[in-house]
Amino acid sequence: MSGREYGRLIMVDSVGTEPVAQMVNVQKHFGHLHVLKDINLTVHRGEVVVVIGPSGSGKSTLCRTINRLEPIDSGEIRIQGKLLPQEGRDLARLRADVGMVFQSFNLFAHMSILDNVTLGPRKARKVPKDKAEAEALALLDRVGIKDQAKKLPAQLSGGQQQRAAIARALAMHPVLMLFDEPTSALDPEMINEVLDVMVSLAKEGMTMIVVTHEMGFARRAADRVVFMSDGLILEEGSPEAFFTTPQTDRAKDFLAKILHH
Amino acid sequence: MEYLSRYWTFMAKYNVLNAFWVNVSLTLAAGALALILGTIAVTMRISPVSSLRLASTFYVNVFRDIPLTVVMVIMASVVWMQLNVSFSNDFHTDFYILAVIGLGIYHSSFIAEALRSGINTVPVGQAEAARGIGLTFLQSTRIVVLPQAFRGSIAPIGNTIIALIKNTTVASVTGVSTETSSTMQAAIEMGPQFIFLIFLTFALGYVIIVIPVGVLSTSLSRRLAVKR
Repeated sequence: MSGREYGRLIMVDSVGTEPVAQMVNVQKHFGHLHVLKDINLTVHRGEVVVVIGPSGSGKSTLCRTINRLEPIDSGEIRIQGKLLPQEGRDLARLRADVGMVFQSFNLFAHMSILDNVTLGPRKARKVPKDKAEAEALALLDRVGIKDQAKKLPAQLSGGQQQRAAIARALAMHPVLMLFDEPTSALDPEMINEVLDVMVSLAKEGMTMIVVTHEMGFARRAADRVVFMSDGLILEEGSPEAFFTTPQTDRAKDFLAKILHH
Repeated sequence: MEYLSRYWTFMAKYNVLNAFWVNVSLTLAAGALALILGTIAVTMRISPVSSLRLASTFYVNVFRDIPLTVVMVIMASVVWMQLNVSFSNDFHTDFYILAVIGLGIYHSSFIAEALRSGINTVPVGQAEAARGIGLTFLQSTRIVVLPQAFRGSIAPIGNTIIALIKNTTVASVTGVSTETSSTMQAAIEMGPQFIFLIFLTFALGYVIIVIPVGVLSTSLSRRLAVKR
C-alpha cells in the first residue's frame, strides 16, 4: 500500500485544518417526524468523528445524508468544499469519493468477493481489470480475507462480509469513510475483527464518520465524539471529556444506561 | 385400427410439424422482443425520472389490459392496412413480423411485471451500495439490480413464456396461416369425422412443447436463486 492514496500515513494522529465534510443548518423530515434539526458539523482531514446516541436520534440519517442516500430538506452539505450535487452523474462521481459501510454489509449477493471489490474501480473509475484485481487482493489481504476472494458473500461469516465491505469502499480511495453502525448486525465474537480494521484505518489517518454503539471504539480511535438525541447534536467533544464529564442530562442518562450493566 | 390408419393418411396432407415450428419460431422471436421491451419498461419503472416511471406504468397497464386478440387485430387492420406499415414485399413475411411485434409488445407487459416482482426480492441496500461506490443509476440497475431480479423472477417469467407459446396461435388473426390453429381448423373442415383425433394431436403437441419449459423454469429458479 503506497502512493498518493495512502500518503495520508504521514499525518498519523494529526488532524488537518482542511474540512472534508461540512454540514450547515441541515434540516430533514420523514413526514411529520423532524429527524435532523439544524445540524452543523465539520469534519477535518484525518479526523475520526464518532456519532453516538439512542436509537431514533437521527444519527444514521445524518450519516446517510452526507453521500445523499437521504436527500435533505434544507441547509448545505459540502464535501471538500463542493456542494452535494443533485441526482445524476456528478452525484455518482462524488459518491465514488465517499466510502460507505452499511450495518447489513450490502455486498452484491450475486458476485464473488473479488468482483464486489473491483466493481467500483472498474465501472466508476475505468481502472483496467488486472490492475483493479491486484489492488483488490491487496486490500482483501489487508483486512485478512484474501483467501475468501473467490467466494460468494453468503459463504462468509458476518465479520468477514463486513471486512469485505470495508475493502470494497477502500478500493475507491475515498477521501472520507462513512460507517453506519458497522458492527450492529454482527455476533459478539465478530465485532472486534471489524473494529480492529477500523482502528487501523483511523491510525493511518483516514477521515471517518462512524455511527456506532461501540464505546470502546470511540475511546480508542475517536478524535471527537458527537452525541445526538431527538435529531439534535447535544454535545460535541473529545472522547475523554464526553465519557467522564458529559454536560447534558440526556447524555448522562444515555451513558448510565449503556456503561453500567 | 383401420380408423387410425385412415386418420394417418388424412393428416399426411397437413404439415403438422412445420405448423408447430411456426409457433415455436414465433415464441422465440416474440419472447426475445418481450424480454427486451419488458426490461426497458421495468428499468423506466424504477428510474429516478418521474415522467419515465409514468410512461412505463401507462405502457404496462395498457398492454396488460387489452385482450391479445384485439392487439393482433390492431396490428393487422390498423398498423398494416391503415398505416401501411410494411417490412417486405411479401405479405406473408409482413404478417409474420406484425404477429411477432404484437405478441412481443403484449407479453412485454407481463415480463415487466414479473421482473418488477423480482426487483422486489432484491434488498434496497443492494442498490444503495451500488450507488454508494459511485455507479450511475443505469450501471447499478444493469450490473447489480437486474441480474438479481432476473434470477428472482424466473418462475413468473417462465409462466409468461408458457402463456406466450400458446398465445402464438392468435397469430392466425394477423394472417399467419401456416401456424397450428389455422392448420387445425383446415383439417377439421376437411375431415370432420376425425375431429376428436385432430384436437388430440394438436393438444398433445402443445403439451410436449410446454412441459420441458415448465420443468426448466422450475429447476432454473431453484438453481439460480441468489443466496443471501
